[in-house]
Amino acid sequence: MASISLKNLVKKYDDGFPAVNDVSIDIADGEFVILVGPSGCGKSTLLRMIVGLEDITSGDLYIDDRRVNDKAPRDRNLAMVFQNYALYPHLTVFENIAFPLRLAKGKFSEDDVQERVRTAAKTLELTDHLDRKPGNLSGGQRQRVAMGRAIVRQADAFLFDEPLSNLDAKLRGQMRAEISQMQRRLGTTSVYVTHDQTEAMTLGDRVAVLKKGELQQIASPRELYEQPVNLFVAGFIGSPSMNFLPATAEGNILKTPIGNIEVPEALAAQAAGKDVVLLGIRPEYFEDATLVEESKLAHGTVFTAEPSHTEWLGNEQYGYIHFEPSPEVKDLLDGLARDLDADELRPQVVVTLDAASKIRGGRAAELWLDTRRLHVFDPATGENLTRDAAAGAALTEEASQERAEEIERAGREAAQAG
Amino acid sequence: MKTTTAKTRVIWIVITLVVAVYALFPVFSILATSFKQPSDLSNGKLLPTTWSGVNYEQILVGDAQELFLTSLRNSIGITLIATAIAVVLATLCAYAIARLDFPGKKLVLTTALAVSIFPVISIVTPLFNVWRTIGLYDTWLGLIIPYLSLTLPISIWTLAAFFRQIPWELEQAAQVDGATAWQAFRKAIVPLAAPGVFTTAIIAFFIAWNDFVYGISLTSTEAARPVPAALAFFTGASQFESPTGAISAAAIIVTIPVVLLVLGFQRQIVSGLTQGAVKG
Repeated sequence: MASISLKNLVKKYDDGFPAVNDVSIDIADGEFVILVGPSGCGKSTLLRMIVGLEDITSGDLYIDDRRVNDKAPRDRNLAMVFQNYALYPHLTVFENIAFPLRLAKGKFSEDDVQERVRTAAKTLELTDHLDRKPGNLSGGQRQRVAMGRAIVRQADAFLFDEPLSNLDAKLRGQMRAEISQMQRRLGTTSVYVTHDQTEAMTLGDRVAVLKKGELQQIASPRELYEQPVNLFVAGFIGSPSMNFLPATAEGNILKTPIGNIEVPEALAAQAAGKDVVLLGIRPEYFEDATLVEESKLAHGTVFTAEPSHTEWLGNEQYGYIHFEPSPEVKDLLDGLARDLDADELRPQVVVTLDAASKIRGGRAAELWLDTRRLHVFDPATGENLTRDAAAGAALTEEASQERAEEIERAGREAAQAG
Repeated sequence: MKTTTAKTRVIWIVITLVVAVYALFPVFSILATSFKQPSDLSNGKLLPTTWSGVNYEQILVGDAQELFLTSLRNSIGITLIATAIAVVLATLCAYAIARLDFPGKKLVLTTALAVSIFPVISIVTPLFNVWRTIGLYDTWLGLIIPYLSLTLPISIWTLAAFFRQIPWELEQAAQVDGATAWQAFRKAIVPLAAPGVFTTAIIAFFIAWNDFVYGISLTSTEAARPVPAALAFFTGASQFESPTGAISAAAIIVTIPVVLLVLGFQRQIVSGLTQGAVKG
């Protein structure tokens, strides 16, 4: 059990390229923090700096108030699960899990080792496979052996480097749930690197979004989703991702390529006085106007648009509305797409519609837009002009209380079971 | 493509037979000669008229016993020591080359290559002079050192290639699990490199075992003379009799360890031991 604190960490390579640039994060004891970002954003490098496999160019790294910058990996008492598992192929599953214990010479008696490994194996349902070699195991089993090696000794923290990226989709979902429950049960501080949104949103108490080595925002998944700090975070979190529409304010009306949208005054005030702003709208803020209840209609605005096509998914459907952006806006959107690891951001708006909606491609349709939760971004800086910091902080505070409760509950259940 | 027709199979069998006969006929010829009686030697026939062990008797318990057995002892001792030193040094060196980034890495590799392609015959005379001056002439050490210069370069190259295949994560995982750099090397890397080390050891052994030029030039007595050189000193029973039979018998005997080595370590020289280390 330990807290980890990163203070202005910088990693510069020999050619002067900063892979990690001035990142500061405080990870509380028992917290599950996710590092997320597009490839090349420095998330894995940051994790490897914490565990000690990469040197720290400048800044300080503390584990429980102990400065560990110059400590070797073995002196940091952290456990890591590697992306490709890194199991020892010449050892059996049992010996793989026992490996850290055997290295700590004299600390554990043979009985101790036996008992700990069997307990870990039981937790991970590996008991039947203890005598097998890793080469004969399936991907999910290897993954579990790697986790077993991490939990068998009482490490101060678990570090995960994209542990599920080599598994197929079904197994990934299952392992994700197992990791989450295991972390709650053990209450061990965890840092988890992923590029997968679902993992980030479901596992993390807090999620740190990185871009080109710089920390953009660290907050609970809900705060990231509802109160993103800038264009990058807004575009990165959420699937399908947030729509960005160029808009010009005229009083309470925002003129956009897909129609004029009437917005609340507070929102319009942020957009006023600028040539053009980017309006951030999540797909689910739209709805088929004919299906919206009377009471809700007043919270938004209704406009007419023509989707080019729709996709029906069973529980909902997606409609796509194309628009022609001006060259400047197109450059801006393409730049954002590059940052987000996509080829290009198609100039289109994705709208989520009720599965019962009769809206089809090629026909003009009445769409309702919930204008309460829109965001306005400054196209020059990418800053979110409508972010409510207090509301965001409240969301993260809520998440941290939930975490405390969950850990307490898991502890109670463990006590009862034991 | 998948189904091999009977015709291609036959062609392959024929090719295999031709190659096998081409490669093994000289060995068989020597084997047959080693069982011939002295009177049989120049009769121009492949097989001896009567199979006799007289040649083996001669080199193992007879006149040539002294010459052969001491040289055999020299050969075994010198070769084993040279191989052991070469493997240990090459393992450490190759590991450094595969894993670490240090100035002069390229230089080490190119030097090793240059040494291995340098003709042995051109350094044997200067070496002869130097060894005589400093007293290494006709000693075990005087042969072990030149043998290292033959075996080290190839060992370093083979092992470096081998280490590069071992995933680095294994070592890092070991370090995170609490191992020192040395423990990570010994417990995670060496077991995986074992097949490579065995292969290298066998290659190094052959090189030293088969050497003739150094063996004949840097020794003068039974103190250090290895078998290949000693064969040249065999004499017949009289000066009119050639020692072909004895030489053949000795040649067969020195071939046996090589064959045993290859058969013995065949199982260790298996690739694919790293399977299952990482996703794959």
